[in-house]
Amino acid sequence: MREAGGFAARAFDTIASTKFWRGMVACVVFLVLWEIASRSGISRIPAPSAVAVTFNELMRDPSYWFSWYLSTQRVFTGFLAAMLLGIPLGLGMAVSRMFYGTVFPVFEVLRPIPPLAWVPASIIFWPTQEMSIAFVTFLGAFYAVVINVIGGAQAIDVRYFQAARSMGSSSWDIFRRIILPGTLPSIVVGATVGIGIAWAVVVAAEMISGGGSAGSMGGAMGGGLGFFIWNSYVGGSYTQIVVGMISIGIAGYISSALLRKLGEMVTPWLREP
Amino acid sequence: MTIAPMPQVSDAASAQRVAADGVAEIEAHNVSKAYGAGKFAKTVIRDCSFAIERGKLTVMIGPSGCGKSTLIRLLAGFERPTAGTITIGGKPVGEPGRDRLVLFQETALFPWMTTYDNIMFGPRARLEGGREARRKAEFLLDKVGLGAFRRKYPTQLSGGMQRRAELARAMINDPKVMILDEPFRGLDAMTKKLMQEYYAKLYEETRRTTFFVTTDIDEAIFLADRILVMTNVPARVRAVLEVNLPRPRRLEDVIENDDANHIKMQALSLLHEEAMKSFARGSKAAADFIDAYSKRIRKPS
Repeated sequence: MREAGGFAARAFDTIASTKFWRGMVACVVFLVLWEIASRSGISRIPAPSAVAVTFNELMRDPSYWFSWYLSTQRVFTGFLAAMLLGIPLGLGMAVSRMFYGTVFPVFEVLRPIPPLAWVPASIIFWPTQEMSIAFVTFLGAFYAVVINVIGGAQAIDVRYFQAARSMGSSSWDIFRRIILPGTLPSIVVGATVGIGIAWAVVVAAEMISGGGSAGSMGGAMGGGLGFFIWNSYVGGSYTQIVVGMISIGIAGYISSALLRKLGEMVTPWLREP
Repeated sequence: MTIAPMPQVSDAASAQRVAADGVAEIEAHNVSKAYGAGKFAKTVIRDCSFAIERGKLTVMIGPSGCGKSTLIRLLAGFERPTAGTITIGGKPVGEPGRDRLVLFQETALFPWMTTYDNIMFGPRARLEGGREARRKAEFLLDKVGLGAFRRKYPTQLSGGMQRRAELARAMINDPKVMILDEPFRGLDAMTKKLMQEYYAKLYEETRRTTFFVTTDIDEAIFLADRILVMTNVPARVRAVLEVNLPRPRRLEDVIENDDANHIKMQALSLLHEEAMKSFARGSKAAADFIDAYSKRIRKPS
């Protein structure tokens, strides 16, 4: 019953709460201070009012939305690849001591290399620039996913294994009904952290690589949000820089919120009673 | 304080004895368990022998940290003894199995499964999750009073409910022996009493061989047919107390029962001695204190 008429009720609950209004007031105060700082000349960053005007114009510009589309696509390609490879790899390392001993040293040597250090090598290695950006994005999310999966699987209480074995579970049954669900909360955490890093990385990769070959549509405006910011800087449009920055903030927030929601759906036992 | 020689009290040597018409379900012969090696070796159990009679409720009681939980891990087959043998139904204890299910101190319900799925775990693990198992699960859900909570996750249950769900999860596998490691520890006083009464009733209905470990004397006397009093670490059986109180038992009966109180006195003084030993081992000052204390007790008598 809560599910059917739930959304409106929940939205109302949110708007009626003190917590919501405290957050709103904080945002407004921040914007006001920023506006004052810009107008009085303390800051050279364009005022929020000017940014809002540009934002409004850009909303009707398809090439701006195409930047969104390109970055989102790269993030999700890299992120999905990181999940598809990272989860089995992490589980494998958690389950098999031999596999762990073989793979983990290599993993630990590669892990400290910042994804952005991979950009030049990646451009040489991959046939298209699109693939090289996606690869760097993949790396950003990959390490976070793997580390969380290993940690989560290893943290499963030994009593669960003992109980399962006592009741006649086979190895496969233990993997499927103990290890997998036991690791799921950590997978969700890894995914949420990973997609945040993926956004950070994709933007920088787009700036460095020049936005990829997809720049055909709308000319220089088609290289993703990272390139959009860089291009605005080169073109001297400071309000657009800020719009680009805010766009990435929004994109990251939406991605994380989506993953959290999805995470709650797959781990119903962690919901508040 | 001296222990009056009582017919019920027997020394450790008789721990292996079973009643004339009884059968030993579990037998431990000179079991030892040590951890570590060389200078760092620590012997937790030494030369421990006892029998758990079929259909009886045997309670093991001892000072905390005396190696009771280690003994349970050996019985369950999670670990192997360093020396000695443990047999169950005449056969040496091997891999963990459904013939002897363990209830741990803290809940080991799978948090990601509902009450119903937890109870159905064993049958499904053995690919026997058919109609028969579902019917049994329903019956057990009712029996432990969790019918309305079948779709709740363990974190949504109270401590007492979790214990009952775990009992049901074990019982659906129809084990020969139930092994309970301080199962009601951490419950509030009221819930604990209710659970003790509930468990006594459950045992009296099924008469399933039970090995129950506790540090609570009242709990031990209320539940037990026979109490094994353990020494301090390294653990051995210090004494055996037979509890011949009539069943079915009720908590208030046991409180007023003279026999029960007598057993309690004996158990208390034994445990007190053992606890003091471990205390004294810790420091010279404690040892001196205990010495003076025991002298003062003896004087008036």
